Amino acid sequence: MENNYTVLIIISVYLGLLLALGLFSSKMFKGTSKDYFLASRGIGPFLLLMSLFGTTMTAFALVGSTGESFASGVGVYGKLASSSGIIHSLCFFVVGIKIWSMGARHGYMTQIQFFRDRFQSNGLGLLLFPILVGLVIPYLLVGVLGAGTTLLNVTKGSLPGVFPDTAGGIPFALGSGVICVVVLLYVFFGGVRGTAWANAFQTIVFIILGFVTFFMIANKLGGPVNATKMVIEKNPTKLQRAVHPDDQARYDAAMATFPTKKAANEAAITAWDAAPEDSRGEKPKEIKAPKKPHGITQLAFLTYFFIPLSVGMFPHLFQHWLTAKNAQSFKLAVVAHPLLIMLVWVPCVLIGAWATSAHINGVPVIPPGFSNPNAVLAFMVNKMTGSVLGGFLTAGILAAIMSSLDSQFLCLGSIFTNDIYLHYFGKKTITDKQKVMIGRIFVIVVVLITYGLAVGMQGTRSVFALGVWCFSGFASLFPLVVGALYWKRTTKAGAFASVITMAVSWIFLFGQSEWGKDREFLFLGMMPVATMTILSAVALVVVSLMTKAPDEAHLQKFFPKKG
Amino acid sequence: MSKSTSKKASPLVWSGVVLLIILHQDFWFWDTYEPLIFGFVPIALAYHACISLCAGIIWALANKYCWPEGVDDIPESDNKADH
Repeated sequence: MENNYTVLIIISVYLGLLLALGLFSSKMFKGTSKDYFLASRGIGPFLLLMSLFGTTMTAFALVGSTGESFASGVGVYGKLASSSGIIHSLCFFVVGIKIWSMGARHGYMTQIQFFRDRFQSNGLGLLLFPILVGLVIPYLLVGVLGAGTTLLNVTKGSLPGVFPDTAGGIPFALGSGVICVVVLLYVFFGGVRGTAWANAFQTIVFIILGFVTFFMIANKLGGPVNATKMVIEKNPTKLQRAVHPDDQARYDAAMATFPTKKAANEAAITAWDAAPEDSRGEKPKEIKAPKKPHGITQLAFLTYFFIPLSVGMFPHLFQHWLTAKNAQSFKLAVVAHPLLIMLVWVPCVLIGAWATSAHINGVPVIPPGFSNPNAVLAFMVNKMTGSVLGGFLTAGILAAIMSSLDSQFLCLGSIFTNDIYLHYFGKKTITDKQKVMIGRIFVIVVVLITYGLAVGMQGTRSVFALGVWCFSGFASLFPLVVGALYWKRTTKAGAFASVITMAVSWIFLFGQSEWGKDREFLFLGMMPVATMTILSAVALVVVSLMTKAPDEAHLQKFFPKKG
Repeated sequence: MSKSTSKKASPLVWSGVVLLIILHQDFWFWDTYEPLIFGFVPIALAYHACISLCAGIIWALANKYCWPEGVDDIPESDNKADH
């Protein structure tokens, strides 16, 4: 009980600090819509780096990296992290800087404004609107669901008198509601500047906590050398990407005796069922087939490279790019982003691999049959460190979640305000103060809808499977932004063809994966995103070449003559 | 730095990015965890951490030699208020 109180106090203090920081940043708010949505394009290198890193690293950076490593081994670092280090910076360099310069020259506040102007098409804006919003919402839901569930689990036992139905834990609806309100308050008052400051604070928090957790867990396991030694003895496949012969031999041996064991188990269950109720003991548990060890195929590893291209089309990152003070502000983010990814991921990936085999005094730290990889980090921390670190780690997980949620809430508010309301109704009759007010109202509406959906979906796990599909959708729109920025010959029809091809192939492949249920789904041995991105690029090129080239005078706006 | 130095170095830097993407596909460390770096980091993980470090270096070079033209000449007043 005392332990859970500690956790509760640490989380409360953390949320209070965050709120104070967000409200403090609102003191700098100048009252204009440009300041609310774009911080008056005044964000310098450090805050830009922290905003971009905090936004791209969701809770997945801490919890998911450990969980994925627990499930698939240390190969996930190459699959997800080092590839992102290369590709994210590539997106900042080749897309972000150009978009910033276009935004500064022509006054864009959203992604849709840019595409509508570049291709002189309101229709393209209307086509992109539901796709972008539809892909961001599940991503938001993952954050809110993750925050509510984390708070419920870590506070269990804290307030049994107040919340008897949840074993004293903060109920999901209340916990996720508190997180939504905290984020809403600093987004509402501080706009994008509030999110930039909050992201900076939260990013520093989760980087430091990752390190502290790593050293404390390594110490408990007898040092990092001993921790790795246990994995070599028990699960060597977790340290490489191909199945290790020792694991294969263990699996083969277990499979050889499995039919006999299964038959005996079934006979015991049948006998138990047939026995009179008053003479029954405990029902024998059904034994499951041994888990086949699996590695990562080279083609799946290679085609995972397409996923981080999503960063080039995330609407919330687009908005952060537009906040930069000048093009030079990007330089720090371009260089430091891969290094920060390394600092966060390497310790978490090692903890995940160690968790597969960690034993203390001969007892496994993670019980056999543990089926929720995303809970591995919290489980290790709760079991192996004190409640203070548990509290701080929870704050770190919430930091990672909230540093993405804030930008997504704000960007959806901005899209609804600028791309729908102001574009179609009353751009000319509305004052700048009213624009800020409308933006804030839309942010509240987006938060309320997301919260309502999250409470309705509480307990379902299906939305988590959507995460990689959202990323895949954004990644397969990447050819559109590259074509718009670098290929003059890209036409309106080519842009439409690219977006429609992306949408159709996304729906088809998502259906093939049983709507995300098949988490290991590959198409032609590749990640489905590879097929979607290639098809979208081909459609853009072929249809553009088949249609009339855009007007040269209009292109001057986007491809000014050098010198 | 002169424009001609940038012009000459730029293809080299972009070749470095492509090389990094190729080196990322390290099939040679696919089925081994040895040697263990510092006695506890599997070789492939250490290798990919180095890929991240190299990414930082290559992007620093890109900042220096491949910086896009025309993005630094936007005066503050050119920051339009609205679209």
